Amino acid sequence: MLRASRDVISRRGTGLASIWRYILAGLGLAALLVGILAVVYLTAPHSALGPDTSRSKKTASGLFVASFEPERGVIRQGELQSWLLTLKTAAGAPVEGAAITVSGGMPQHNHGLPTSPQATDYLGEGRYRIDGVKFTMSGWWQLRFAISAAAGSDSVVFNIVL
Amino acid sequence: MRRLARVASLAALAALALLGGCGKPQFSDAEKKTIASLALNTLPALKADTTNQYADVPAAAAFGSTLFFDVGMSRHGPMSCSTCHKIDRQFQDDLPQAVGVGRTNRRTMPLAGVARDPWFFWDGRRDSLWSQALTPLENPLEQAGNRAAFAHYIKNRFGERYERIFGPLPDLSTVPANASPLGTDAEKAAWSAMPARQQDDVNRVFANIGKAIAAFERSIEPQQARFDRFAIDLATGTKPQGDAAFSPEEVLGLKLFIGKANCVTCHNGPRFTDNSFHNTGVPPVNGLPPDRGRVDAVAQVQADPFNCFGKFRDGDASACRELRFMVKDGEQLVRAYKTPSLRGVADRPPYMHAGQFSSLDEVVAHYSKAPASIEGVSEVHPLDLSDRERAALVAFLKTMSE
Ligand SMILES: [Cu+2]
Repeated sequence: MLRASRDVISRRGTGLASIWRYILAGLGLAALLVGILAVVYLTAPHSALGPDTSRSKKTASGLFVASFEPERGVIRQGELQSWLLTLKTAAGAPVEGAAITVSGGMPQHNHGLPTSPQATDYLGEGRYRIDGVKFTMSGWWQLRFAISAAAGSDSVVFNIVL
Repeated sequence: MRRLARVASLAALAALALLGGCGKPQFSDAEKKTIASLALNTLPALKADTTNQYADVPAAAAFGSTLFFDVGMSRHGPMSCSTCHKIDRQFQDDLPQAVGVGRTNRRTMPLAGVARDPWFFWDGRRDSLWSQALTPLENPLEQAGNRAAFAHYIKNRFGERYERIFGPLPDLSTVPANASPLGTDAEKAAWSAMPARQQDDVNRVFANIGKAIAAFERSIEPQQARFDRFAIDLATGTKPQGDAAFSPEEVLGLKLFIGKANCVTCHNGPRFTDNSFHNTGVPPVNGLPPDRGRVDAVAQVQADPFNCFGKFRDGDASACRELRFMVKDGEQLVRAYKTPSLRGVADRPPYMHAGQFSSLDEVVAHYSKAPASIEGVSEVHPLDLSDRERAALVAFLKTMSE
């Protein structure tokens, strides 16, 4: 009798202890999950959640396909750089003799570009040098090109995230 | 089961510690990257200035230093560049507005790293270090001289030294004692009466004065501060020792500076400046003439005969891209002023382009409150920092000194 009751108590005790263990394990796993999510969220590149940063796209009305790349391959913050804007028709033919104007700024900072980039040279095969591009701070920049050529006028916006 | 529970509870503790910020690491990888980008060891070597062929000629720099400190370089009494740009005061004068022959409307800028600027003065009304140096020489409120008088002065006092660097001086025997296109009515009349070739001769000597002073100023570079010792230790994973260790308040200030307070948006890179112009709603000073900042400087730099497009530039026009691609109009230029470097900032109140704020507390309070600009649109937004956060930012700014 005595022995049996002791057994019951001890078994009940074991039962309670394992419930606590499960609760603790559950809490631990939940906290770990929160921790991992927080680390992933905090270290994820914001461009992943931000604007479309593709370097090649159709212009707004689909007249041209435009690509925009830094001429020397890398973006260096705070330096005046030249970029190349390549224009093709939807059929893939290079667009020659285009008149191009450049505008832009930082949509989240309420300011325009720190310089006035211009199309300075035509390099053949639909490639135009856009000189005087400078990104003075990190964040989301927009460059908008208004393009006028024989096929008509169209525009395109490129997003650049530093 | 028991083992899983133990592992899970340890993980829980670790995750809580991480989230609570009470353990290491003190900074995220993104924060570390930003902090490293601000350290002085990332400052690149000073680029050549092809518009000034004397920029790196030692004899020109030595002559420039003589001129910089020469109190004969003024019309009225002893005054030189160093009157306002004091060598033992970070090359500034501790005054809200510089005082030369008269009181100007702008704060004297310190000179550390000045040769790295694309634009000069608070509003960028000059586009080279050498053309900047010429401007106070003729400003009636500063050195108040005129270029003809400076040419005569150089010939009489430093003729031989000048010629060893720049070649033969022109014949100045028929040049009036006082003449300048920017001077008094009499000086302007005297200038207009000079033949074009003689004007060119005088302008050439005047430009060379600026080129010598610029050659000297290129040697004035920022010095390592406590912040740099901390940042370099952080980047290399060394535990900062001695004064390189930051207090919890300084760490909080640094985190705010590169985070919630957005200071690093404009105060970026190892000089803590984006070299650009911004309207941040800084109020005007009563009693000073109207001041619209960058928007009025555009025409001035374009009209300057000593600008990069002018005939006194050395080298070719490929060096003139800043001027060529300058923003010439738009609301964003109204009351926009240059982002100043923050190196040594705690040791040189008062602050802003006309010395509007007498302490860093006032500066930080301004950015926290972000009042609207009296003209144009301020780019900054209210931060509503707590007392503790504002004090932490000021504590961090003080680490930018020795
Ligand atoms: Cu911005």
